[in-house]
Amino acid sequence: MSNDIKIKNGLTINIKGAAKNIIKKAAFPKSISLNPSDFHLIKPKMVVKVGNHVKAGDVVFYSKDNEEIKFCSPISGIVKDILRGAKRKIIEIVIDSDKTQKSKEFEISNFENLNGNDLKKLLLGSGCWPFIKQRPYDIIANPLDSPKSIFISTLSTAPISADFQIILDDQKNEFITGVQVLKKLTDGDLNICIEKDSKTFINEINDVVIHDVSGPHPAGNVGIQIHHVDPINSGEKVWTINPEDVAIIGRFFLTGVYNPLRTIAISGPPVKHPQYYKTIIGSKLSKIINDAGVKTDEQLRFINGDILTGSTVDKDNYLGFYNNTFSILREGNHYRMFGWIPFINNKVPSIYKTSFSWIFPDKKYDLDTNINGEERAFVVTGEMEKVFPMDIFPMQLLKECMVGNIEKMENLGIYEVAPEDFSLIDYSSSSKIEAQHIIRKGLDLMISEVG
Amino acid sequence: MNIRNTIDNLKKPFNKGEKWEKFAPAFNAFDTFLFVPNHTTKHGAHIRDAVDLKRTMITVIIALLPALFYGIYNTGFQYYSQLGIDYNSMDLMIHGSMKILPMIAVSYIVGLTIEFAFAVFRGHEINEGYLVTGLLIPMIMPVDIPLWMVGLSVAFAVFIGKEAFGGTGMNILNPALTARAFAFFAYPTYMSGNKVWVSEASNIDGVSGETILGMLASGNSALPYEPLQMFIGSIPGSIAETSTLMVLVGAFILIFTGVGSWRIMVGSVIGAAATGLMFNLWGANELMNFSWINHLMVGGFAFGVVFMATDPVSAAQTVKGKWIYGLLVGLFCILIRVFNPAYPEGVMLAILLMNVFAPTIDHYVIEANINRRLKRSLKTVKAA
Repeated sequence: MSNDIKIKNGLTINIKGAAKNIIKKAAFPKSISLNPSDFHLIKPKMVVKVGNHVKAGDVVFYSKDNEEIKFCSPISGIVKDILRGAKRKIIEIVIDSDKTQKSKEFEISNFENLNGNDLKKLLLGSGCWPFIKQRPYDIIANPLDSPKSIFISTLSTAPISADFQIILDDQKNEFITGVQVLKKLTDGDLNICIEKDSKTFINEINDVVIHDVSGPHPAGNVGIQIHHVDPINSGEKVWTINPEDVAIIGRFFLTGVYNPLRTIAISGPPVKHPQYYKTIIGSKLSKIINDAGVKTDEQLRFINGDILTGSTVDKDNYLGFYNNTFSILREGNHYRMFGWIPFINNKVPSIYKTSFSWIFPDKKYDLDTNINGEERAFVVTGEMEKVFPMDIFPMQLLKECMVGNIEKMENLGIYEVAPEDFSLIDYSSSSKIEAQHIIRKGLDLMISEVG
Repeated sequence: MNIRNTIDNLKKPFNKGEKWEKFAPAFNAFDTFLFVPNHTTKHGAHIRDAVDLKRTMITVIIALLPALFYGIYNTGFQYYSQLGIDYNSMDLMIHGSMKILPMIAVSYIVGLTIEFAFAVFRGHEINEGYLVTGLLIPMIMPVDIPLWMVGLSVAFAVFIGKEAFGGTGMNILNPALTARAFAFFAYPTYMSGNKVWVSEASNIDGVSGETILGMLASGNSALPYEPLQMFIGSIPGSIAETSTLMVLVGAFILIFTGVGSWRIMVGSVIGAAATGLMFNLWGANELMNFSWINHLMVGGFAFGVVFMATDPVSAAQTVKGKWIYGLLVGLFCILIRVFNPAYPEGVMLAILLMNVFAPTIDHYVIEANINRRLKRSLKTVKAA
């Protein structure tokens, strides 16, 4: 069974430095880190202390609010450091590898015969649970819920982001196993969204609903797909999982060990050899970045995630928990004399035709992180709708989020959105509105007030 | 980057904790006029579009320039052609410039002073919106209005029309039209009649000049102008609204760049054309008999629809709302023209009226969206 989702409103931003179809195997990481800030609103309760030995799959910390949700070590080694910030908030847990990669082994026989609850227990115990996220709110799913459906988006339309077809190519079996497991967690459909007309092995998977998606970014955002297939109403839950995380879950059920391999696309205009690397979640990245090479000695920004939604990190930092893309941009901390005059400075593309960039729709750009202006009040209307393919009024929702009017936010569709869906509004807003930030705060308000 | 260093040095006393910190918005306005700042993204998307409010506002000003230049030319042309003395195009431009440039200067000086004062007082950056408003106000005034009236209208528009509501983005009425409406009701003798539309008409006997709508309103059907003149704009009227051709050039710039809403413009034209056509069929007075095509070309209709009705802050903000708003602006414009001979120019009042109703239109468009969502959620509850 297959359905079409056609996205019209959106924007393809052509950026230089998309990863080429080459997958390199990275050296086994000397150390990895777990970063609680990857898990939105999770308050970590530590299980290990500095100096403890851990195996891959051993619990490192669990969520204070829900002790069942456990976060496990991706490698075997010694806990080297637990970094704390203000109010002793845990910022980072660093584990040094002992190079042996011993794993905690789970007894799994015939998972096909297990029911949803047993599967949940295994997922929770093994550290695989945090891969399952829920909408609304875009946070880790609550194991007590039963979602009305599950969505997996296997296409990514964000600029210079990883191509999941390349990533899944050598993990087909794991992916299919993962899908079979996840299917049992919902009474509804398991939906997989693929790029229209792509000849992928996913088409052959049974008992799932396949959606053929076409159109510009954010067509690949799972929230947009949910909105068009099975929109979320008040009180409903939909779970979402990234494609490679499905394969990690599948691998766990095939082998009985937690082995969170991650294929990461290193991309961005300053990267010499943008390509894919196979490594482990949380790996230290400096070696990989050096291998891919950067062209300039200018100040650079390193981003865990794609260039629209990722978070800024230091160069010698670690790979995040969820992202398949690691992006590098040049910092744009420079002035441009009279840069606001229309029709000059055509180096930056625009949704408006106030620069000549529209003449070359296929040109790839070398964008930096300059804001190209200053934040202003909401003035221009209609521009957000151009890049927001949902039956929701984005500007009105943003305004209600800013004033925290919960009833209005609910009415205007806050349950259906995630910050990433507003990333193009961030990008294209002529008033330089920080839409993702506003939506995240709005969602957090809903979590604390409504739950 | 020597200029940059100089500016950075000059800026030091305005930085946080320094003695002129409060006046930083004023300094920043000049600084960011010269240089797009070096700010980099902190939250959210790491890359940003080239467009900012400065760029959109300057695009509007570029779109206004053809009408402005023609307005300057036409001011001279109306004056010299009626006096019957020899002239060349240089004379026309000089005469027009002498009349109009001081008005623009007064408008910007008064308006920007108030804007700067509010920015400093409220501690926010100066918004670029007034760059457009400040040019629009003189462009829609009669040419002989005293400069102090321009200044007073500007002050009224910025204080009461804009800052009283919280500044840029919060105002209900279009500030430029607020200024014109203020002058219109406060000083009617300078804003209407048959002696104000051509420069020096009130002082020199040989010069007069009534607007076409004025003539029609007083029952005069023998117009001395051809439709082509109405289209080109060599007719008396407010400074820059006479030339439909130049307004169309501006409309093209706004629509092509995506800065102005084509939905509002097209909606208004449809609304006005349909209403005009209906009255043509009825035909009870001169204004009803006036061909609907000509209705679109005379008076401030074209200018108002392209540059004022599309003001994003005071117009409807939803896609459907923009269509409804545009249609009603067109309808009310012709309705006011035809039924209220005291106000032969209907577009100003039509737009101001619809400005007031724009939030209501949006409210119902948004309610429809909310109801759709509620219905969907009820359906799933029932099914479960």
